[in-house]
Amino acid sequence: MYDIKHEAKGLVTHGNSACAGCGLELIMRKTMEVVGPDTIIVIPPGCAAMFSGFGKEGGLKIAGCQMNLENTAACASGIRAALNAQGNTHTTVLGFAGDGGTLDIGLQSLSGMFERGDRVMYVCYDNEAYMNTGVQGSSATPASASTTTTPGGKTSQKKDLMMIAMAHRIPYAATASLQNLNDLKKKLEKAKNANGPSLVHVHTPCPTGWRFNPALSIELARAAVRTGAWILYEYENGKITINNKLTELAEIDTYIGKQGRFKHLNAEQKTELGKQIKDNYFTYTSMLERMSIH
Amino acid sequence: MEKQQEQPMKMLKKRNVLGPVATDFTAANTGNWRIERPEVDYSRCSKCRTCERYCPTNVIEIRPDDQECVYINFDYCKGCGICTNVCPRQCIQLIPEVR
Ligand SMILES: Cc1ncc(C[n+]2csc(CCOP(=O)(O)OP(=O)(O)O)c2C)c(N)n1
Ligand code: SF4
Ligand SMILES: [Mg+2]
Repeated sequence: MYDIKHEAKGLVTHGNSACAGCGLELIMRKTMEVVGPDTIIVIPPGCAAMFSGFGKEGGLKIAGCQMNLENTAACASGIRAALNAQGNTHTTVLGFAGDGGTLDIGLQSLSGMFERGDRVMYVCYDNEAYMNTGVQGSSATPASASTTTTPGGKTSQKKDLMMIAMAHRIPYAATASLQNLNDLKKKLEKAKNANGPSLVHVHTPCPTGWRFNPALSIELARAAVRTGAWILYEYENGKITINNKLTELAEIDTYIGKQGRFKHLNAEQKTELGKQIKDNYFTYTSMLERMSIH
Repeated sequence: MEKQQEQPMKMLKKRNVLGPVATDFTAANTGNWRIERPEVDYSRCSKCRTCERYCPTNVIEIRPDDQECVYINFDYCKGCGICTNVCPRQCIQLIPEVR
């Protein structure tokens, strides 16, 4: 029925049209390594849809469907309900969506899925804008970043998806990054095995949208964590663990200095942004520490 | 609707399927995107597999027993350069692609 026209080592095609150096492509591969073939994937429009394929050509060996940008979680819930009705408890249902499809357009259906407690694993790859349609700003775009809809730099802050997920008291939610693949895979594994809805929010360097040399994708993922711009933590059955507790943060220029989307900032504005990110890191992590006392 | 579109849609309807269905697992020829390609200094490679794990296209394979211990499938390598950047020994570099 499904004709394997080209060989591939894993479950994902080698010749995928994601841009050279795309962080999402690596996240998709690592996710497939963890979930395995007994998985049904739901992908909305966005760059990940390139893995759903075009017309009769697909890029994943597992079953799946491409839905709308609004309803990844709702469709995944439906698939879970159908599997449950068949008595199938072994198949993993995976929603795999971008930041626009998760924090903006698909937020309502995601909230519904969390609230109902449907056993669905949800991965949000966050490249911090609507990349597939030409880099429009989303609510996940960080402050000061330039996009085609925020050419002078975004004036508002990034929306906090983790806090929204935790407010639903789901069994597992975590932020992750490509800087440490073992940590990423460990979190994906936990999300897969959660007894209810789970979320893995992965920071995703995008050379095209962030405007940097594609060779630097991993370096920038690391820099984001070391500068405090991306905070790694887990929420597991009510308990919070911070994975990258830092006493000293790396120079902000190691992160924003290499990206075209922050190029419009002058030295003073860059220092100011660095200060904001630093302050946010320390207030945010101390808030998490207080939240995790039960 | 054009005929070439109408025919397959009718078939799908008959089988209660609402949209196009992928029947082929395929790979695009991403190797021809390359303007630069990775070149490995095999003598300095420690076979730590870092490049293998970080390659977004999954085209690197470490073959510890071969003299050319880093095998790269150039049919799909896009020449992004991530391997050159993550290698702890910096034994991979990008050189201009010649075809
Ligand atoms: C309701 C709706 N609005 C707009 C679109 C057009 N659209 C298709 S993909 C896309 C970008 C999605 O962005 P994101 O979810 O962040 O994924 P990315 O492209 O960044 O990977 C948009 C806006 C759509 N398909 N549906
Ligand atoms: S636009 Fe960004 S996220 Fe989309 S395929 Fe290219 S690098 Fe990846
Ligand atoms: Mg996006």
